[in-house]
Amino acid sequence: MSINTGEMKDIKEFLYKIADDQLIIGHRNSEWTGLGPVLEEDIAFSSIAQDKIGQSLHIYEILHSMGEEVPDIIAFARKAKDFRCSHLTEYPIGEYDFSLMRNFFFNHAEHLRFEMLASSSLEPLANLAKKYKGEIKYHIMHSDTWVKQLGRANEESHTRMQSALDKTFNLALGIFEESDFADALREVKVFDGESVLQDKWFEEISSILDKAGLVIPERSKWVPSYGGRKGQHTEYLEPMLEEMGEVFRLDPKAEW
Amino acid sequence: MKETKTEISKEEILKALEDVKDPEIPTISLVDLGIVTDVNISGDNFISITLTPTFSGCPALKVMETLVKEKIMELDASGVEVKTTFDVQWNTNMITVKGLAALKKHGLAPPERHSGLVQIEFLDHVKCPYCESRNTSLKSPFGPTLCRSLHYCNDCLQAFEQFKPVS
Repeated sequence: MSINTGEMKDIKEFLYKIADDQLIIGHRNSEWTGLGPVLEEDIAFSSIAQDKIGQSLHIYEILHSMGEEVPDIIAFARKAKDFRCSHLTEYPIGEYDFSLMRNFFFNHAEHLRFEMLASSSLEPLANLAKKYKGEIKYHIMHSDTWVKQLGRANEESHTRMQSALDKTFNLALGIFEESDFADALREVKVFDGESVLQDKWFEEISSILDKAGLVIPERSKWVPSYGGRKGQHTEYLEPMLEEMGEVFRLDPKAEW
Repeated sequence: MKETKTEISKEEILKALEDVKDPEIPTISLVDLGIVTDVNISGDNFISITLTPTFSGCPALKVMETLVKEKIMELDASGVEVKTTFDVQWNTNMITVKGLAALKKHGLAPPERHSGLVQIEFLDHVKCPYCESRNTSLKSPFGPTLCRSLHYCNDCLQAFEQFKPVS
């Protein structure tokens, strides 16, 4: 594929968006380490964190090969406004039901995105996508199992899951905020666009939520939480970045 | 006159790499794990080796690169380069038959061969590595390392881990 400078800039923005989502939600998942409601959940959230952060690293490596900073600087030294993650990923972990529902929505979108990207014309990204979708399958197994189980277990678990869904849904729609460069990326066969992804996602989550006895808000009530892809974030991102990069900033040249 | 070295063969290299084990599962070699995807020998015995990660978030990647480098330098190589790329994507079907036996020796249920699509049902009744029973249950798809899931055998009442199938 031969790409011009304008497309190069678009592709970088696109890569930042995918990897930043993974890094930030990965970090949030890691905040469950030591706090999980049962040991297996502690391990599950920590493992999912390790996968997602590891995956973001290899995308940052592609960015580095395109002239951006090294992955550590990208991850730990950027300002909040330079991040392109969606609002969904930024929220504090809250209660277990919120974190679970967030992962459920995110995992499906992430898995479908990489399924689409497996045939992207951007070869290094397509290679990663082919690998990542197999790994994310396990994240989906995890969140699907719990959403289905807790959705129907008893009244309290059902009420909590429904309330978590209601709180999370508009944030989840924010994942699919379309970028100005969407047409350009479609043109060069890098990515088919967020609306295609959102439709696939909606179909997939609907069938599982149905089995879980949980209800999706009516379309007329949808208010997607947009802004993240343009660098406009919730109040939660900055303090999180502050903490995440604290040790790195003590000595950016240290060898670990 | 400088003595001409005999060229190192690919077979010699792979044989040497049989000694390099997965740092997290010391019974299986990197070759049997299926992660050595390319071996290249140039005229002056400069050796390039390509590895592919089992899991993208595997913390042992750098350690494995170093172990491979050290092992190859024991051969009469003029230099060695080891890189990890995703050009070939690893999946559990790439583990050799010998590798599957090595996993079992470590007490792990080996991953079953798959046709490219791994479903949750694959994990429901994994064969117990101790008593071979399929009357087992999945406890969690995540275990002590990224590549393992947790199971329980309802016949021999033993908890066990599986090296989980990945497509």
